[in-house]
Amino acid sequence: MLAAAVAYPFVFRKPFPQDLAIKIFLFGGLASAWNVLGGFTGQVSLGNAIFFGVGAYATAVVQTHWGWTPWVGMVLGMGVACGVAFVIGYPCFRLKGHYFAMATLAIGEVFSTLFMNWQWVGGAVGVYIPLRDDTWKYFQFGTTKLPYYYVTLAFLVLALLISEGILRSRMGYYFRAIREDQDAARSLGVSARGYKLSAIGISAMITSLGGGLYAQYVLFIDPPSVFPMMLSIQVVLLAVLGGVGTLWGPVLGTVILIPLSEFTRIYIGGTGSGLDLIAYGFLIVLVSVVQPRGILGFFRKGGNA
Amino acid sequence: MFLPELAQSLLSGVLMGLIFALVAVGLTLIWGIMDIVNFAHGDFLMTGMYLSFWMYSLWGIDPLLSLPVSGIFLFFLGVVVYQLIIRRILGAPMLIQIFATFGLMILMRYVAFYFFTPNYRTIQHTFLSGSIDLGGIYLPVPQLAAAAGAFLTTGAVYVLIHRTRIGGALQATAEDREAAALMGIDTDRMFTLAWGIGAATAGIAGSLLSIFFYIFPEVGGIFGLIAFVAVTLGGFGNVAGAFVAGILIGVIEALAGHFYDPALKTVFVYALFLGVLFFRPQGLLGVK
Repeated sequence: MLAAAVAYPFVFRKPFPQDLAIKIFLFGGLASAWNVLGGFTGQVSLGNAIFFGVGAYATAVVQTHWGWTPWVGMVLGMGVACGVAFVIGYPCFRLKGHYFAMATLAIGEVFSTLFMNWQWVGGAVGVYIPLRDDTWKYFQFGTTKLPYYYVTLAFLVLALLISEGILRSRMGYYFRAIREDQDAARSLGVSARGYKLSAIGISAMITSLGGGLYAQYVLFIDPPSVFPMMLSIQVVLLAVLGGVGTLWGPVLGTVILIPLSEFTRIYIGGTGSGLDLIAYGFLIVLVSVVQPRGILGFFRKGGNA
Repeated sequence: MFLPELAQSLLSGVLMGLIFALVAVGLTLIWGIMDIVNFAHGDFLMTGMYLSFWMYSLWGIDPLLSLPVSGIFLFFLGVVVYQLIIRRILGAPMLIQIFATFGLMILMRYVAFYFFTPNYRTIQHTFLSGSIDLGGIYLPVPQLAAAAGAFLTTGAVYVLIHRTRIGGALQATAEDREAAALMGIDTDRMFTLAWGIGAATAGIAGSLLSIFFYIFPEVGGIFGLIAFVAVTLGGFGNVAGAFVAGILIGVIEALAGHFYDPALKTVFVYALFLGVLFFRPQGLLGVK
């Protein structure tokens, strides 16, 4: 499968299929990152766009303000996102179910509004990353998509390796124990808050890295594009569609939904009519009603998907 | 200079808050009775706004007259949504419930977007215009009428819940679904009713709002989120609590907008929301 992914851009040389693949890798990684927190530990975050936005802004701002390379910005963004995650997680993990979800949703809106009004990072205008020649140092390539393709592929692989590592480790068992019955897990000596903080930290760092890569790919960011509630929800949707809490579920959901939404956007939503989003909304409702276990639920019966 | 300004923003806040209260009452009813978060609640309101807008621009029917139509239409829409979607996911995991109503939100919002375009619209020249001068404090008549309508509707819902047999059955269902069923209450009918009433109140709020507020496909987002905050503040399922919380939010928004920065007024509302979640999860008025 990895070999096929590596060979893909040599078969499909047009910009569209390559762009589609880049989006799949990016969203696959983001959905997997959400899955670490929402799937493994069962803490339904509706605010993962916060970490995406923090990563994107860190990557952009180190270039516009200090002329540093975006790679440093991405690492910095991951650190900041992890810190933000702890600050959010510490009080929020006392909340359960709907309450946790609503709190993260509200914090996401607060971040979006604050960045809209924070002039140092461009406010509502956003940040244009200065254009340069093709270099790895500034990770900009105007003439070819290949570097973006391989870097985002590596991002997805990294997210999957981390997920796999967690699932196989002792920590993974604790995560799932917290999801299934937090009180029981705690009574056996599992530090629920500590493990949930680890999960949100890991989830935030991966998501933030994705935000940084996105910023470099489109070279322009503003609060509506990197802090939208829609993004927070979309990563959850991808994971839910494929199968929550499984290693491949988020990727499966991404592989199905992202091409679908790209094609509908191009063929029926090209004029900005919103028809593609009608189809999208309808699909979400349909999946929820018909197959609440996600697509993986079609293949496995009685599994813990 | 300061006192009149304060009084002016306090009063404006209360007027807007009464609308927030009505939107929140419908949401808290659904949430309290069946523990389902309805993300599409604001879009029920948006539907009510457009109903009034089109009845006005096509046939010249004043929003005050189209209001009952809007309430009845939304009641049936709520019932249909319950029967087609919600009923099937009652026992599903929370994530799925979130998604079903979230998908519904996108669906409704972009149906409006597709048919009505993203343009901002307003209703001009209604029965009500001008403003009342209270010694330097101006109260626009449309806002005043909308607030009065919201107050009456909220009161009617309160009476229905707390003073009638059906209201008792609704409360019993909220308290304990199985026990209510054992007492011979048809809980499925109660859920249907809750969705009908919840959507109808949002629709009425939309019609009231259409007298003075911009009408556009995404308008539900603003009011939906504020309704969530009001429901949390007031305690889940608490109609009186949602009422008080709605007014409180209206006042905080108006004060923050007037004395601090209009762009950041929602941040204050969310900060209050988070504060209450962390320190008083039972709501401001709730009891443990």
